Amino acid sequence: MTTHTGQMFDTEELVINMGPQHPSTHGVLRVVLRLDGERVVSSDVVIGYLHRGIEKLSENRNWTQIILLTDRMDYVAAATNNVGYCETVEKLMQLEVPRRARYIRTAICELQRIASHCLWLGTHAMDIGAMTVFLYAFRERELILDLFEEYCGARLTYNSMRIGGLPLDIPVGWDKKVLEFCNIMSEKVDEYEELLTHNRIWLERTRGVGVISAEQAIAIGLSGPPLRGSGVARDVRKDEPYAAYDEMKFEVPIGTNGDTYDRYLVRLEEFRQSIKIIRQSIEGLPEGPIVGKVPRLIKPAVGETYHAIESPKGELGYFIVSDGKSTNPYRFRVRPPSFCNLQALPQLIKGHMVADVVALIGSIDVVLGEVDR
Amino acid sequence: MIDTYLIPLLKILFVLNATLVGVTYMVLLERKVIAWVQVRLGPMRVGPYGVLQPIADAVKLILKEDITPTRADKWVFTAAPIIVMVPALITFAVIPFGPVVNLFGRQVPLYITDVNVGLLYIVSVASIGVYGIILGGWASNSKFPLLASLRASAQLISYEVAVTMTLVSMIMTAGTLSMVKIVESQYNAHLWFIFVQPVAFVLFFIGGLAETNRAPFDMAEAEQELTGGFHTEYSGMRFALFFLAEYANMIVVSSVATTLFLGGWLRPFPNIAALSFLGIIPSWMWFLLKTFVFLYIFLWVRATLPRYRYDQLMRLGWKVLIPVAIANVVVTGIVMVLF
Repeated sequence: MTTHTGQMFDTEELVINMGPQHPSTHGVLRVVLRLDGERVVSSDVVIGYLHRGIEKLSENRNWTQIILLTDRMDYVAAATNNVGYCETVEKLMQLEVPRRARYIRTAICELQRIASHCLWLGTHAMDIGAMTVFLYAFRERELILDLFEEYCGARLTYNSMRIGGLPLDIPVGWDKKVLEFCNIMSEKVDEYEELLTHNRIWLERTRGVGVISAEQAIAIGLSGPPLRGSGVARDVRKDEPYAAYDEMKFEVPIGTNGDTYDRYLVRLEEFRQSIKIIRQSIEGLPEGPIVGKVPRLIKPAVGETYHAIESPKGELGYFIVSDGKSTNPYRFRVRPPSFCNLQALPQLIKGHMVADVVALIGSIDVVLGEVDR
Repeated sequence: MIDTYLIPLLKILFVLNATLVGVTYMVLLERKVIAWVQVRLGPMRVGPYGVLQPIADAVKLILKEDITPTRADKWVFTAAPIIVMVPALITFAVIPFGPVVNLFGRQVPLYITDVNVGLLYIVSVASIGVYGIILGGWASNSKFPLLASLRASAQLISYEVAVTMTLVSMIMTAGTLSMVKIVESQYNAHLWFIFVQPVAFVLFFIGGLAETNRAPFDMAEAEQELTGGFHTEYSGMRFALFFLAEYANMIVVSSVATTLFLGGWLRPFPNIAALSFLGIIPSWMWFLLKTFVFLYIFLWVRATLPRYRYDQLMRLGWKVLIPVAIANVVVTGIVMVLF
């Protein structure tokens, strides 16, 4: 028998199963952690508990029906999914979308971004133990849901876009309410910052936790706020403008250290930029039709296309193949930002403690409906 | 006969019941206060403004199925909540709610007993409670509670040291260990000790938060990480015992802080005759008011601050609180010798 100096006891790693029923895995994410004390040695991320086969289902629905299915992917930002899908089909069919429709789409996308970020901020802060921010953020999200309800009647799954434009014009007075909301929201963002940004405990919990360098972030394929937190100024809205983003003035906030705190700061700044974009799009809303010239039967010619938009979580891309014969897509594939960002989780949590695991799951902001589809 | 048995027994009965009622209403108060901070209403359904909510909660918890996990250590599993609850209650034996008062023609002291080592008694009894948490987490034979009980033990050991060192400086200032005499010495000093020992006060309060497992040091429960921590596997009344013990401990820490730093039952500026109209409010009322202020701060802190991480808490305990507490003892000693 040989004895090793420094190793007096038999040590074993503790395997802990976090999820799929766990308060902080944001849905049905399951993470199998191997712990040394409280430190994570390695981890397996298990997904698929919410798989509904949306991509395969879409191949058996006609082009308009698919909009409804896209709602169910990232269900906290359903309108963004609608916009992404509709624009992909428009690109495939080379349809012209009226300027008014593009402006309203921009406003809706940004309202949705604020709503999604509110949910992220609330749950992220809750995971770190600051529970009041959760209710404050949900209070503002409620205002956005009211606006959406007034626009399209639904509060969560909006089905609010159509190929070639919009199903409805905005209700009378809706633009005023949106501008009013912008005023409220810009005050509330300061309120969130007061509670968290300079809070010592918040700083200690987020600074230097889950650092990911720009090179690593690009190698993994991160997008959205996690990528920008690492200092890469990649934003589909700026780089490949869609809707009416080419006519909007806004900045792309980036971080420097790529830690949880920087990702938090990036998202908070995105609140402000979104408010700015909403103001521009509502104030400069052009008159005109809301639907372009769309054929009665939507049946794109043979071809394939990939189109990406900037969803609140990151780059949301659709790859669609049409065989030109049937009224449904031949192949339908989504590049979900949550799924790609989740790839970084094992690398992020390695060497950190159990408490940081939940902070990091919150920090990359995943929605399991989109991860599993 | 009456003085030796009947009155002490009545007092024990009264304090015990008052504490338990106070604890249940503390839970309601917490829900209400946090709700108001979070622009909600809190419990509103049971009784006007939800005032009967504690009764509904108690009924619910008693009627719930009491589950013991099959692989749990049954004896320890059953004993753990009791080990947590009992010390929390018996500390009230030495808390002075008021001075000796004239009640129905009889001289009755408003405390159950005045032990000459009262403070030491509180420190030692209060530290038994942590065994319940450690054993409860261990006996559940489950991984999350186990991690939580490891956290709890590490946390409580490090904070016990800091708090006890703080108390040492208070004992030096007051020159006694008896809780009643500590209040009297504040009367004689014409000052509440919070003005004499402000550093000790801050240390004691932070240590108190950590010792009672309250936010931002509630790592042992941390529902977001450990799904409830040491009481994950507990249900029904056994869970309620853990829950009530936490609030009872909060009341203990607040009462001790009131006695040590805020002059216990004394009214503000007890020696200034011009303020004697404050004496309209009876002494025990002053005590309860001051305790309530502390309890409110406990809730306020919980609603505001995020949670520390376990290693950061240990660093704060060993590298900041304990050195400062020891320095405070040394400075107190030097000042006492020189002046």
